Amino acid sequence: MAPLQWQVATVTALRSETKRVKTLTLLVPGWPSHRPGQHVDIRLTAEDGYQAQRSYSIASAPSAQPLIDLTVERVAGGEVSPFLHDELVAGDRFEMRGPIGGYFVWEAAAADPLLLVAGGSGVVPLMAIIRHRAQVASGVPCTLLYSSRSRDDVIYAAELERLNQRRDGLRVIYTFTRAEPPGWTGYSRRIDMSMLGEVIEGTGRMAQAFVCGPTPLVEVAARSLVDIGLAASQVRTERFGPTGG
Amino acid sequence: MGERLVTRGFVGRRAAPERGQRVPPGQYVTDDFPVLSAGPTPRTALADWTFRIEGLVGQPVSWSWPEFSALPAREYVVDISCVTKWTKLDTRWQGVSLDTLLEHVELDSRAAFVVAFCDGGYTTNLPIADVLNDRAFVAHGYDGAPLSPEHGGPARLVVPHLYLWKSAKWVRGLRLMERDEPGFWESFGYHNRGDPWLEERYSGD
Repeated sequence: MAPLQWQVATVTALRSETKRVKTLTLLVPGWPSHRPGQHVDIRLTAEDGYQAQRSYSIASAPSAQPLIDLTVERVAGGEVSPFLHDELVAGDRFEMRGPIGGYFVWEAAAADPLLLVAGGSGVVPLMAIIRHRAQVASGVPCTLLYSSRSRDDVIYAAELERLNQRRDGLRVIYTFTRAEPPGWTGYSRRIDMSMLGEVIEGTGRMAQAFVCGPTPLVEVAARSLVDIGLAASQVRTERFGPTGG
Repeated sequence: MGERLVTRGFVGRRAAPERGQRVPPGQYVTDDFPVLSAGPTPRTALADWTFRIEGLVGQPVSWSWPEFSALPAREYVVDISCVTKWTKLDTRWQGVSLDTLLEHVELDSRAAFVVAFCDGGYTTNLPIADVLNDRAFVAHGYDGAPLSPEHGGPARLVVPHLYLWKSAKWVRGLRLMERDEPGFWESFGYHNRGDPWLEERYSGD
């Protein structure tokens, strides 16, 4: 396999998704495209040569354009994410390489229904799947169960709402763990087995599940899905910890 | 890339020098113990658990959990580095040296590689030289307590001088092989050997 070379990424746009989450659009000439679910490594270099690397999931669908979106949660006290949030402006450059990862990926040719389970910024690689599914007009039923602290913490809220309206087999189900919106009649607790049992009724047990979020959520969701009767091979996991940021 | 690309305004945070020397390139120190795995945490009852050495050995050997727990174990204090960029210093494990385990089999002279196999189907490959001379152990304790399932319990391989995906969680045995055969992540573009000091993260690094 050819080595993954460091490439120069130029920031073309920054967008606030929530108070703590921003999306960076990067121009990466020669970007070889990617598969939804993959991530990249970025490398920042200080004047004195000190370098820091981090991995971020790709939020955008594969595209012929050399542009990708990374969505980054600001981790208070972190080394890299506060820089990306507070300092970075359009035109800034850093090094990047990828795409990386070949297991937590969805192939549009797959016929199985999709069950996507997200906690917080764990929605990012799942959004690449949702966007890709919409882009290729896949008819595969897809359910996103998305746990957030509150309505204000939902990343991609407007876009998810728009996609949800297309009635193309996508269902977006929210659960709010800290504050529910006024008049809310949906879930308002952490993801648990009974919630997954209800949600999977609309998806079917043949679903391919992708679970991404903080470790406690991933552990509970993956274990529950196996208890509900999915094979371990139907459940792919990825963790999003605030560690190190 | 020949010329270094400085990112405007980036200062970063350096580890204290005495720690910095212990941190491989591109890594940062964390005090947490992050959990990463590709699928659900397997749950094998200890009554059904065995650890097996097979492949190019005179006679395969298999230990039950009580037998394995009775093998001579010792404490290891090691630094560990995950390819996802975190390094954790001075982790304290209790486990059995692979030297001790391999004393129970007669190695075929052709045996040059090891595949560790695990509950859940995970595998990882290693040259024998990377697991001999007390460079690898099977841990069943962490910080004085039984190793928790999310960190690989009841037992996990630990190969501290390589990236942590080589330290296979939920390990159930070792297969001795003549030829190298890529394991799980090694088949998905990760480096075949994974030395953090050489930044062998991905295939071709």
